[in-house]
Amino acid sequence: MTALLEVEDLRVSYGKIEAVKGISFRVDEGQVVTLIGTNGAGKTTTLRTLSGLLKPTGGRISFDGHPLAGVPAHKIVALGLAHSPEGRHIFPRLTITENLQLGAFLRNDKEGIARDIQRAYDLFPILGERRKQAAGTLSGGEQQMLAMGRALMSRPKLLMLDEPSMGLSPIMMQKIMETIAELRSTGTTILLVEQNAQAALSLADRGHVMEIGKVVLSGTGPDLLHDESVRKAYLGED
Amino acid sequence: MHELPQTLANGLLLGSMYGLIAIGYTMVYGIVQLINFAHGEVFMTGGFGALTAFLMLPSGVSLWLALPVMLLAAVLVSTSVAVLAERLAYRPLRGSSRLAPLITAIGLSIAIQQMVWAWYPDAKQARTFPHLPGGPYELGPVTVQTGDVFLVVAAVLSMLALMWFVRSTRTGRAMQATAQDPDTSRLMGINTDRIIVTAFAIGAAFAALAAVAHGLRYGQVDFRMGFITGLKAFTAAVLGGIGSIQGAMLGGLALGLAEALAAGYVKFLPGLELFGGGAWANVWAFVLLIVVLLIRPQGLFSKLTADRA
Repeated sequence: MTALLEVEDLRVSYGKIEAVKGISFRVDEGQVVTLIGTNGAGKTTTLRTLSGLLKPTGGRISFDGHPLAGVPAHKIVALGLAHSPEGRHIFPRLTITENLQLGAFLRNDKEGIARDIQRAYDLFPILGERRKQAAGTLSGGEQQMLAMGRALMSRPKLLMLDEPSMGLSPIMMQKIMETIAELRSTGTTILLVEQNAQAALSLADRGHVMEIGKVVLSGTGPDLLHDESVRKAYLGED
Repeated sequence: MHELPQTLANGLLLGSMYGLIAIGYTMVYGIVQLINFAHGEVFMTGGFGALTAFLMLPSGVSLWLALPVMLLAAVLVSTSVAVLAERLAYRPLRGSSRLAPLITAIGLSIAIQQMVWAWYPDAKQARTFPHLPGGPYELGPVTVQTGDVFLVVAAVLSMLALMWFVRSTRTGRAMQATAQDPDTSRLMGINTDRIIVTAFAIGAAFAALAAVAHGLRYGQVDFRMGFITGLKAFTAAVLGGIGSIQGAMLGGLALGLAEALAAGYVKFLPGLELFGGGAWANVWAFVLLIVVLLIRPQGLFSKLTADRA
């Protein structure tokens, strides 16, 4: 397997506070890798740094053979890294179709874009039914579908999903997790950040447990799922 | 009351000018939440750009031939000033507290005024601006000058073009996205720095149109002309709901009408006889602003949107 994404000793600071304190991990092509951990562990900061919204203070990031540190966000998307941010961040006053079109902002193949929009509607029929509606009128779960669909519109080599299940009803959460499983079965490479460790680890090839800016435990999804310390700390068992 | 139609026409003409300038305030604010107080000076430099172009043309050339050249020069000068200000003064401050760029804008406004005062030949007094030939035209009870016709045509065409641009082009779509969520726009591959410069440039081009119209209407340009007119245009943008393009134009028209009506009719109101006439027009314009802000803080024509947090 070739590493699509390789992160080495990554450090990120907000002013004097170091939020990510030297983490290393890799994502191989076709894998689902998850970062789990509590609030404030540095998971979202890590993703925001990978997509170029934050600048690292140290370490190396290599994506598909390109060093990423210092590359502006809008050029990182062009390399094939898509980021569906925490809190969904759809464009509320644009329609669903317009949101999806923005996901394909850097593409020029009109027919291909139209086909991919149709694919997003097939994946999430509710989006197709409401295509002309302002995205701000969607429910939280529907907005999450739109955010994922939008991220897929750039035809990414790596899809980063930040807390896709946050604030969703159990049914909606299940639907989102099923979609991730579906994407996985079609060979999409995914880096998944989740607070719902159970769901994330059941889907993942590999998982990394983060605590206050560090990776404290790594393993395959099943290994971590059965690890006693993980079960105690993140799966609510004692 | 037979002068009412003329008063209304004057108000609409003045309002179109405010509206054109207000576009620059509203677009920049909509995208970077900066009140660019130097925008009045962007407008003023456009006037001097047009005058310079006129003076460089051979004397005796038809003004109808000169006008496109003057417009082009005004747009070039105004957009250059605005783009330079963005690059050199505002961009380095992005991410700092909101107060820093605001104070910079005020400083820049004074600096540009003083540079024109010091370096433009004979700009210590107002400089004469050419008149368009033809006119005045009698349209029923209303008399208008050729320059007024130019102003109305320019305002309507440029507004339609801008609305088409924002709604129907790729850059326009990117502009809407950046206004709604800049970070997520970058995740879509939008170069938001370029979108911000574009917003400054479009606003400046509209201000340049207004500057030429202003010169034609009043027959002069002056290094101070951006100050009060800029402030009024900013008022218009706030009246209409800052961040909204249609709001800026409608706010401009509302403000222009209010000013003209106040100047013409307040003197007939019992108890306010002393506060009528042109000298008090500015006061009534800002009274209107205060009243509107008390009743509808989001502006007259803006829908209050919950996602502005």
